[in-house]
Amino acid sequence: MANNWGFGINEKRSIDLDTNNFDIVRKILEAEPSFYRCISCGSCTATCSAGNITNFNFRKVHHLLRRGEYQTLSGEISKCMLCGKCSLVCPRGINTRNIILNINRLITRQNLR
Amino acid sequence: MGKRVIIVGGGVAGMQAAITLKKTGCSPLLIEKNIALGGKLNNWDRLFPSQTSANEIINGLTDEIASLNIKNILCGEVSEMRHDEDKIEVNLTDGNTYEADAIIIATGFDLFNATQKEEYGYGVYNNVITSADLEEMFRQGEVKTSTGVPPSSVAFLHCVGSRDLQVGQGHCSRVCCITGVKQAIEIRQALPECQVYNFYMDMRMFGPGYEELYKEAQEKWKINFIRGRISEASQTIDNRIRIKAEDTLAGRPLKLTVDMLVLLIGKKAAACNRKLAADLGLSLRESGFYAPKDNFTDNVCTCKENVFIAGTALAPKTIGEAMNDGTAAAIKAYEYLNRFENGK
Repeated sequence: MANNWGFGINEKRSIDLDTNNFDIVRKILEAEPSFYRCISCGSCTATCSAGNITNFNFRKVHHLLRRGEYQTLSGEISKCMLCGKCSLVCPRGINTRNIILNINRLITRQNLR
Repeated sequence: MGKRVIIVGGGVAGMQAAITLKKTGCSPLLIEKNIALGGKLNNWDRLFPSQTSANEIINGLTDEIASLNIKNILCGEVSEMRHDEDKIEVNLTDGNTYEADAIIIATGFDLFNATQKEEYGYGVYNNVITSADLEEMFRQGEVKTSTGVPPSSVAFLHCVGSRDLQVGQGHCSRVCCITGVKQAIEIRQALPECQVYNFYMDMRMFGPGYEELYKEAQEKWKINFIRGRISEASQTIDNRIRIKAEDTLAGRPLKLTVDMLVLLIGKKAAACNRKLAADLGLSLRESGFYAPKDNFTDNVCTCKENVFIAGTALAPKTIGEAMNDGTAAAIKAYEYLNRFENGK
């Protein structure tokens, strides 16, 4: 708390694992435990229909989620068209669609409320 | 007490086991299903990390087998084995039967069949080849595309049929990372103008001299290492290969067109493991490789006291590791066969 005055001129840069909230990611992982197996190979993003026309990056969505960094996620997953190509090329057999649906359920909808 | 030991499989592990056993005074019989000893090493050109010729290793072992007068059967395929307390009967498909007091299984591995990864087009696009195909080109002394010209760009893809749950290959095949580095360097040596790209997820440089070779690949040979797994490959109208990957460190999709794509295929448990394990009452790992009695102290032994295992029948291994296994299994078999003498 010593370095937190409640205001600052710069936005926070670091990923703060001490204060980030992991409840949401825990719920998403519980709903789709295959997500634990990701090795960040990037096959999903390479083959992504949306990723070739927008800056949508499913590997990064996974990464930020696992770090408890949710701020940008609801805007990100709205770009997904649920085509499912990512799940075809995933070497770890992850059910990517179910993850998108759960992010939508646990993050996007709550932001709207 | 007899000292007959049958060694099934005449690759480097089996040959080394036979040589060690013969020197201890046992009578080894080496059974190989192909027309020559040497196993998969016969299809390889040079070995990582020292660029040692594969022939040099095979010739050294075959010469020693000949000079020690070790009995071996070529083109001998095992059809069935029977375990009967302190004796094992081995039946071959040609109808012959052999009996032993102990047995060493050194049946090796199968190469992963790359056609199973349809998204890479192996067997469909002519310029998509495997690391084994490239070794054959090195052996012939010429690296050429399907149109007969040297490639001006080559991409390697790591982990094809390894760490891949979609094709039931959850394990790491270990040696493909360093093979990819070795082959990338060999391409640059043979074709200095050729651009080489290696697409990887993790570089697992576990052996002595491996990390050093990786550094040499970066510094001296200017190989481009890109962290991302290729998700699909397609063929262009002029027979080149278009690759899609994510450059995960940039966080953006990446496209690249090359003259040749090399798939670094992994090691798969040999198809014969299931049958032989059932015959002898041995257990297999989930990956299909044999499970030893213990991972640490009895790692070439099995739950049957006269059955031993060596080499890549146990797990993906390097040539040196497989040879060490051959020695270890031979010594364990020797100890077993001399257990009464030693007890006195």
